[in-house]
Amino acid sequence: MHDVSAFPLQIAGDPAPMVSFRKVTKSYGALTVLDELDLDVKAGEMVSIIGPSGSGKTTVLRMLMTLEEINGGVIYVDGQPLTHMQKNGTLVPASQKHLRNRRADIGMCFQHFNLFPHMTALENCMEGPVQVLGLPKKEARERSEELLEMVGMIGKKDQHPSRLSGGQQQRVAIARALAMRPKVMLFDEVTSALDPEVIGEVTNVIRKLVSEHNLTMLMVTHQMGFARDISDRICFFYGGKIEEQGPPAELFGNPKKERTQQFLSAVKEAV
Amino acid sequence: MAFFDFLQQYWPRLLSGTGITLAQFLLAAVLGIAISLAMGLMKLSHNAVVRGAAVTYIEVFRGTSLVVQLYWIFFVLPLFGLSIEKFTAGYLAVGMNIGAYGAELVRGGILSVPKGQWEAALAINMSPAQRMRRIILPQALVNMLPPWGNLMIELLKGTALVSLISVADLMFEAKQINATTFLSAQVFGAALVIYYVLARFMVTPFMRWLEHYMARKLGRV
Repeated sequence: MHDVSAFPLQIAGDPAPMVSFRKVTKSYGALTVLDELDLDVKAGEMVSIIGPSGSGKTTVLRMLMTLEEINGGVIYVDGQPLTHMQKNGTLVPASQKHLRNRRADIGMCFQHFNLFPHMTALENCMEGPVQVLGLPKKEARERSEELLEMVGMIGKKDQHPSRLSGGQQQRVAIARALAMRPKVMLFDEVTSALDPEVIGEVTNVIRKLVSEHNLTMLMVTHQMGFARDISDRICFFYGGKIEEQGPPAELFGNPKKERTQQFLSAVKEAV
Repeated sequence: MAFFDFLQQYWPRLLSGTGITLAQFLLAAVLGIAISLAMGLMKLSHNAVVRGAAVTYIEVFRGTSLVVQLYWIFFVLPLFGLSIEKFTAGYLAVGMNIGAYGAELVRGGILSVPKGQWEAALAINMSPAQRMRRIILPQALVNMLPPWGNLMIELLKGTALVSLISVADLMFEAKQINATTFLSAQVFGAALVIYYVLARFMVTPFMRWLEHYMARKLGRV
């Protein structure tokens, strides 16, 4: 395992960043997907990650969700190490128990929704609160119904996912993730698998989250217009690094790096 | 002797044999399903010892003859001080044998559940056991039901071998009747029909119903 003795036991600061990547490296064999990534996300900040495919965008979210192990560096959430834990005054790789503890702060929505097909929309949302958080069923139902209402899916709460359109499934998936009351929400290309006419119903839900809730959000997306509208900051990834980042108006309006310019003009042409 | 006269005379013994066959079938099925589940899960374990135990079990019980296994349990184990009553030995052997085949179905069924389901379950912070029990197994079960239908019919027919250790099942009764009457065509004809009826009109419809029921639970219908 890589040496992490030089990394702090926790991230100080007032307030500490909600998410902090410190020199995080991820590789599959000889292929380096992320190369010493440094990225801080403030509490309540909405950060969109854009970039060409293979640039490591999705990997950032998957590592934060602990779906992938990292090969170097440390990830901190809410100031505390996620991928590692303190032991005798140093950081050691996280145990399963530690991961399970820290993972509770993070929620994720996937490109292909991944709803549980054997459960109704409501049951999908209640599953985590009941099984993992140990909430009484009544309370879990109330919480889930409130969220399904918020995403406009209360009318279909008793339907199985197979009866729902992609946009509807994705909205239920957002409610399911929110039902766990995470501090950080991750959106991994949540509109990429949707028909164009239903993309709006999902982006509207995310817009609502941004305006009405104080969630920290990281979003990987190909929808530049949407990212520009709602993000506090855009990170352009290239070759496993952040090539350029900044407020949307700046990054889209006046990109400084050549690769950013190339990418943005290529995307513009495609539209 | 005409077939119907034959049936009129021997139906009580055929019926009692059929009862024993059904009992052997049900007990072996319950045992086989339990073993399949255990061995299928163990074969997917990260622990090499656990995995090795499952592989050994499957190799032994799938790689050797059911009749030999039956004889081992009934004739050889007593030599080591473990005597098992013949009725129990019968369904033990058949169930343990079918469990080895079923283990592969369970393993395949679990692997057929999309990776995204594991990830979604992890994203709501479920423990590995919760993921398996609440999310993966229910879906795996539906995926593996069709091949289980086949296995259940194999199991039913496999129970005929318990007659070799004198369990008074349908085959045993048929052989007994044949030995005293030499009405081979009638008695084995009747046995043939009874096994077919059990498979075709009991096992198959039940498995169909179960598939349909599970599909409905998944909202697929």
